Amino acid sequence: MNEIVQFENVGLRYGAGVETLSDLSFTLYPGSFYFLTGASGAGKTSLLKLLYLAQRPSRGLIRLFGEDAVTMSRERLPGFRRRIGVVFQDFRLVPHLSAFDNIALPLRVAGVKEKDLTTPVAEMLDWVGLGDRAEARPATLSGGEQQRVAIARAVIGRPEILVADEPTGNVDPEMAVRLLQLFEALNTLGTTIVVATHDIHLLSKVPGAQMMKLEKGSLSDPTGSLRNPPLPRDRA
Amino acid sequence: MLSFFVIPGHDRRLIPEGRLSGPMPWVIAIMIFLMVLATATGLAFAEAGQNVSDQLSSRATVQIVQANPDIKAQQANDAAARLRGMALVEEVRVLPPEEIEELIAPWLGQTAGAADSREGSSLLEDIPLPALIDLKLVRPAGSEELESLRAAIRPLADNARVEPSSGLIAPVIALVQSLQWIAFGLVALLAMATAAAVIISARAALNTHKETIGVIHLLGGTDRQISRLFQRRIALDALLGGLLGLICGTAIILLLGMQLSALGSGLVQSLGLSWYSWLIIGAVPILGMTLAMVTARMTVMGALRKIL
Repeated sequence: MNEIVQFENVGLRYGAGVETLSDLSFTLYPGSFYFLTGASGAGKTSLLKLLYLAQRPSRGLIRLFGEDAVTMSRERLPGFRRRIGVVFQDFRLVPHLSAFDNIALPLRVAGVKEKDLTTPVAEMLDWVGLGDRAEARPATLSGGEQQRVAIARAVIGRPEILVADEPTGNVDPEMAVRLLQLFEALNTLGTTIVVATHDIHLLSKVPGAQMMKLEKGSLSDPTGSLRNPPLPRDRA
Repeated sequence: MLSFFVIPGHDRRLIPEGRLSGPMPWVIAIMIFLMVLATATGLAFAEAGQNVSDQLSSRATVQIVQANPDIKAQQANDAAARLRGMALVEEVRVLPPEEIEELIAPWLGQTAGAADSREGSSLLEDIPLPALIDLKLVRPAGSEELESLRAAIRPLADNARVEPSSGLIAPVIALVQSLQWIAFGLVALLAMATAAAVIISARAALNTHKETIGVIHLLGGTDRQISRLFQRRIALDALLGGLLGLICGTAIILLLGMQLSALGSGLVQSLGLSWYSWLIIGAVPILGMTLAMVTARMTVMGALRKIL
């Protein structure tokens, strides 16, 4: 199985402080589902930033889609970022845009023509249960609705990797399960999913998912999945 | 071309900032207005200097200095005859004494001599003025050709001097050229001030929309896509402001033009604008817009390069 992400001895330091992440070495495989857990401040968001190319590491090697992401030129980054969907912890919806326009944003950035994006965006709005809120601005949406718009925006471009930072943090347990089902559905279509959460109860909700645990910036590997490719989820 | 200025609705919503609501178009309108005035002034001086220079560069004056009026008249006629036979000379005219008297009258007065004890005597009789021969040449003459004219008449009048007419007005031409370059220097300064205003405006816009830009970046937006959002908006603001500045500037120029032609005197009357000067003035808002657009692009691209 070809790896989709490979970290080797990766360290991350902000400014002159201590290392936020130390000696991270792991491999993620296409079509797998990973949970990234750890206490607050363990470095989950920093690790995800490295994954979605918002940050370069201070040391080590990161290979993404088979290419060196550390020395990759700035000009090539947008092309790689379009292959990664991100659900930010704080959603980062554009406040002036409607739910429809927020979800359509990755497609417009990718140069999809207006006539070709209406249907997929409308379908995505229905998929996250916001078909009747297409014109609503983020400020008029509840936290859970905003989160669903953020998820819809992350998956509309059919990314090869979906990175979600605490995607269930602002929703009730019922909605959390629904969102995980959305991720699973996407995962069965071949997208690699990485979900950062401090809620360990979620892990049992996705059978066959692998777990990575961060402790003070270092990674432990409770399921062993980081050393060996996991079995395909339908056989797990 | 025009489609460049049509900002799609979703882009307008992405970076919302109502056109003409901010100070940018008004700042550019003022800058372009001043640039139009300075450009028109520079071009008018350039054209006036060129016109006067063209008129005078193919003319020369022969002065024959001789105390004896009879010999002076004889030498003038002989020199004129010799000059008429030269290929370089198109037209020769010996200035009659009355015309010479008129030429110096503004300085000495027509009756300056008559006020003396010898009542009724002419000014020309009191002052040993040279005889003057006005030459129109077939082309602007260089120093060697002027020397050939001198050489031709020297045997007839050894005190004869040949002066190119352009030399007489050289200080005025130099002044006009200085004013012209000062005007163009002002245009350059105003262009720099416009660029500075655009830089400040673009940086402020970048700062205001920092979060949105960050999101677009992380969704795979390129620097070029992001800079286009700002560049197009600033170009449109600059074009609208520029047109306003052009209209106001043109109105002032036309008004001043009417007042200058009413003065009807010498060099002032030669101040004017040809059709190609008007073309240059008309291009000022377009150049202003291009400058604003390029400056905005460079500013935004420069700022984006600092983030990953």
